[in-house]
Amino acid sequence: MKNKFSLFVIVIFLSFCFVIFYKGLNTPNNYTPKVNEKNNIPTFKAKDFYSNNYVNSDNIFEENTFYIVNIWASWCVPCRTEHPLLMQLSKNQSIKLIGLNYRDNFNNAKKFINDLGNPYSRILIDKDGTLGVEFGAYGVPETFLIDKNKDIIKKFVGPINQEIVNEIKLIIK
Amino acid sequence: MKIVKIFIILFLITSFSELKSDEVNDILKSKILKNIRCLICQGQSVYDSESEFASSIKLIVEKKLNDGLKEKQIYQFLREKYGDWIVYDPHLNKNTYILWLLPLLLFLLGGAIMRQKLKFRN
Repeated sequence: MKNKFSLFVIVIFLSFCFVIFYKGLNTPNNYTPKVNEKNNIPTFKAKDFYSNNYVNSDNIFEENTFYIVNIWASWCVPCRTEHPLLMQLSKNQSIKLIGLNYRDNFNNAKKFINDLGNPYSRILIDKDGTLGVEFGAYGVPETFLIDKNKDIIKKFVGPINQEIVNEIKLIIK
Repeated sequence: MKIVKIFIILFLITSFSELKSDEVNDILKSKILKNIRCLICQGQSVYDSESEFASSIKLIVEKKLNDGLKEKQIYQFLREKYGDWIVYDPHLNKNTYILWLLPLLLFLLGGAIMRQKLKFRN
């Protein structure tokens, strides 16, 4: 009776270990920060890409307008993939696109925009990546959707696709 | 001559205290960076990592310290941006209570088993 109980306990313990390891193997170990709650846009001062003048975030984001903040760089290959979709979004009158040029060379960035088109109503320079951190970004490309109350309501890590564009269009409708 | 000497001493004292405050800031900065996880090279702290994300975080921590923010305020700022996972020392909340309570439960369970065994022997 005692042996049977020990065997039962061992089987239960091994099954428990198997389930834990099996689940662990199937779950990706990489952590992706999620935006579950609404966050206010950060207050910052940044250099304008074309004029080289410092602009305040309060003068960039107006109330009652949807904004997309897209972090991009000329050296980032996925940024090229998503660029046509950003061009498509820029044609929508209900939304304005702000570009954050991340750790880039000015001439390369300018060539990127000249070659592929400029979907942004304003481009800001983030030379050392600290502006990206203020937004909660950790790489390029990343896209943030900001609502009419100046809250970040969505964050898309990696290049956006048609599905995401449709989702954005549905929200801003 | 006496006045010059006093000025020299005062100058040395003020320069020494400035150096000391810089040193204290550097120690605090290193402590904070060692407690922050790098999201790009996961498994490494920001202090050890050379990724672009880590170098941006190093700059932002320095900036926040210069702005007068305290250690806890910097952790809170990063938590708001990236979630609890960014800090090596997780807070007690609904996602981490098992992590905090399981060792205590196991300790109590072990104690109860030992007590039973000892009681049985006696």
